Amino acid sequence: MDRDTLPPGRLIKAPENFLTPEGVSAVRTEARQGRRNFIRSAFAAAATGVVAPAALAQTKPAVAGDGDPHILQLPEHSRGLGQSVASPGYGAPSKHEANVQRRPSPGLTQTTQASVSFAPLQSLFGIVTPSGLHFERHHQGWWDIDPTQHRLMVNGSDDKMLKTPKVFTMDELMRLPSVSRFHFIECGANTGMEWGNVAVPTCQYTHGMLSCSEFTGVPLRTLLELCGADWKRGRFVLAEGADGSSMTRTIPMALIESGEVIVAYGQNGEMLRPEQGYPLRLVVPGVQGVSWVKYLRRLELGDKPYGTKDESIHYIDLLPDGQHRQYSSIQEVKSVVTTPSGGQTLLDKGYYNVSGLAWSGRGKVKRVDVSVDGGRNWRQARLEGPVMAKCLTRFNIDWVWDGKPALVQSRATDDTGHVQATSTQLRAVRGTRSIYHNNAIQTWLVEESGEVKNVQLA
Amino acid sequence: MFSWRDLVTSAALLLATSATLAQGTAYPGLGRPATPKELAAWDIDVRPDFKGLPKGSGSVARGQQVWESQCASCHGIFGESGEVFNPIVGGTTAADLQTGHVARLKDSAYPGRTTLMKASTVSTLWDYINRAMPWTAPKSLSTDDVYAVTAYVLNLGGVLPDDFVMSDKNIGDVQKRLPNRNGMSTRHALWPGKELGGAPKPDVQGSSCMSNCPVEPKVVSFLPDFARNAHGNLAEQNRKVGAQRGVNTATAGAPGKTTPETNPTKAEPSPASQAALALAQKHTCTACHGVSNRIVGPGFQEIARKHASRPDALAYLSAKIRAGGSGVWGAIPMPEQTLPEEDLKAIAQWLATGANP
Repeated sequence: MDRDTLPPGRLIKAPENFLTPEGVSAVRTEARQGRRNFIRSAFAAAATGVVAPAALAQTKPAVAGDGDPHILQLPEHSRGLGQSVASPGYGAPSKHEANVQRRPSPGLTQTTQASVSFAPLQSLFGIVTPSGLHFERHHQGWWDIDPTQHRLMVNGSDDKMLKTPKVFTMDELMRLPSVSRFHFIECGANTGMEWGNVAVPTCQYTHGMLSCSEFTGVPLRTLLELCGADWKRGRFVLAEGADGSSMTRTIPMALIESGEVIVAYGQNGEMLRPEQGYPLRLVVPGVQGVSWVKYLRRLELGDKPYGTKDESIHYIDLLPDGQHRQYSSIQEVKSVVTTPSGGQTLLDKGYYNVSGLAWSGRGKVKRVDVSVDGGRNWRQARLEGPVMAKCLTRFNIDWVWDGKPALVQSRATDDTGHVQATSTQLRAVRGTRSIYHNNAIQTWLVEESGEVKNVQLA
Repeated sequence: MFSWRDLVTSAALLLATSATLAQGTAYPGLGRPATPKELAAWDIDVRPDFKGLPKGSGSVARGQQVWESQCASCHGIFGESGEVFNPIVGGTTAADLQTGHVARLKDSAYPGRTTLMKASTVSTLWDYINRAMPWTAPKSLSTDDVYAVTAYVLNLGGVLPDDFVMSDKNIGDVQKRLPNRNGMSTRHALWPGKELGGAPKPDVQGSSCMSNCPVEPKVVSFLPDFARNAHGNLAEQNRKVGAQRGVNTATAGAPGKTTPETNPTKAEPSPASQAALALAQKHTCTACHGVSNRIVGPGFQEIARKHASRPDALAYLSAKIRAGGSGVWGAIPMPEQTLPEEDLKAIAQWLATGANP
């Protein structure tokens, strides 16, 4: 290996030096027992000290000769001229961040237009999702619509529901008084693949149909008032998209009357991204993403719910008795540790800042507890402010990894007192075929090798 | 001659006029009344009580014609196909028509759930077919054909007889035969507000225990080794600095092989390939063809493997894209395609040179 290609900071020894004699014996034992038994017994075995720590504990900063060549040999960026302003005019992430991508889950859908891509939660900081990494769910492909030609119609299910059904241009919507608020959006099917068993390796795929942005727009209440809504008869609103699927959902009046539902054009300081419904989408705080209709073209005030495809055939939750829950909308209290998380490898024993996300569709996150022993003992995590309603909340907690297997979990409680449950508790009531609204406590197994795996506990 | 008094008076008049025009709203001048024709063009939703349903009718027989020419390529001849979308037909019985509860929904061993096992309102089928089908040409069916296709789907599911003609007059009777019409519940706490009955509190509450909690943490589910790399190499899905690295899952799962990669980034696709793929997306070729995998038709790379070595590959592939056909890859026909000649040539060229992404 030549000096210029030395990895920075830490050195990983060649594989032949990787295992201690104890480690080699563990591998042989594992091979005899089969992998399945090894993982099953890993936690118990470590507690009784049978298997010795192995592998990555040897990664220490290497200083060869006079010191680190990254210090001793000045790099090109310290010796030359850098690039010009405004090149490019719209900045992009560093080329070194190319691994941080939203990704589809192989085999989940057969087409790329009625499909999903998952946000890389394992690589994100704080609570805001960069707009280009926001998860995607399209029902019939995405479009980049000319905002000068986009219209929003507000009408009634009969001619007395509104005094005047109206049409608004983007110019008019953007002239109205606006609000800017931070909210999470989570697909109702987020973590849906994990109802029965572990199905995917990383938190990108277990929890990545989740994002959080600052949205800017007009409260829907303002538009309905402008049209002279009959608030007594009009108890439901239908939201409809302008794309091929013309997605429709029934929107809860309680969230419209409270002023929470926004007809949004702004996201994180710029306009919505095309994949997120440019130029107009509905923001329905606390409610599953399918209700946040993109390419919003029409809102209808009505006296009855609409029974649309995505609330009668999809986005219905099957219970063990064979009945489906219909109009299930709220995303309940939930959390996940994102670092460390499945598919990662801890580089070393020692200090870690365990960090994750918590949220509730009913209000603010009140507290988050973290366990490293599979739920036997818990410690309260630090919540990073500001803690906002129906918004992601970042939590952090100190942890010193001793090199033994650990089962890392987080458990959120919201300000209504609702505590996140285990998958066992959820299954006892909802079975395993619900698909939607899985807000179970997530478990990550940290193996002695440092490898972190997605597991479920009894 | 300029007069402040006149100016103030005329300004007051102007204000009064615009206030009248805006009908006393707080935001004068914003939004205008929708015209009746605009309302008719966009207000297409149909509610479970059939509010919004246009007059019309369609027979099962006509539905079969439309189905086989426009729907079967994705949904299968009998609506049973799960290759592209979830199956529409299957899993319901004659007994379900009586109870309005699909009995198989109680059976956790029954694989999958079809549309007819779930749908509780016939308006939903009508509304969705009308607004969003066929998938690559939504809103192109006539009103009568929407009735016909809805009737045919229900005929395939044993809900309607072969000679049935469905219309706005008898759709209420059809609703009374829907196999899962009584299958929905709104007795849950997941709807904000009381309009649907609901439930006073969440159905599952977690524990707040902090220490020595009564759990025996035992791992009962994890990914089997063969699925280790099923989502691609996880080393390429994590940043190259930080507290952790992604596990290199491209190699076998032995402990010594979990070496974190130092610079595990993938090669970028070539601009020519990107351009060809973008064209394939633009002309919705990708609705039926994956890059490597079959969807309705073969994957692009499968096509390339089969035909790229022909001496006349470019001409052959261009002709095939233009004219469509069936028989080379299976019975489902590919319709003829109308796309600009240069786009067609670019896609054919890409296929003829291996269709690398």
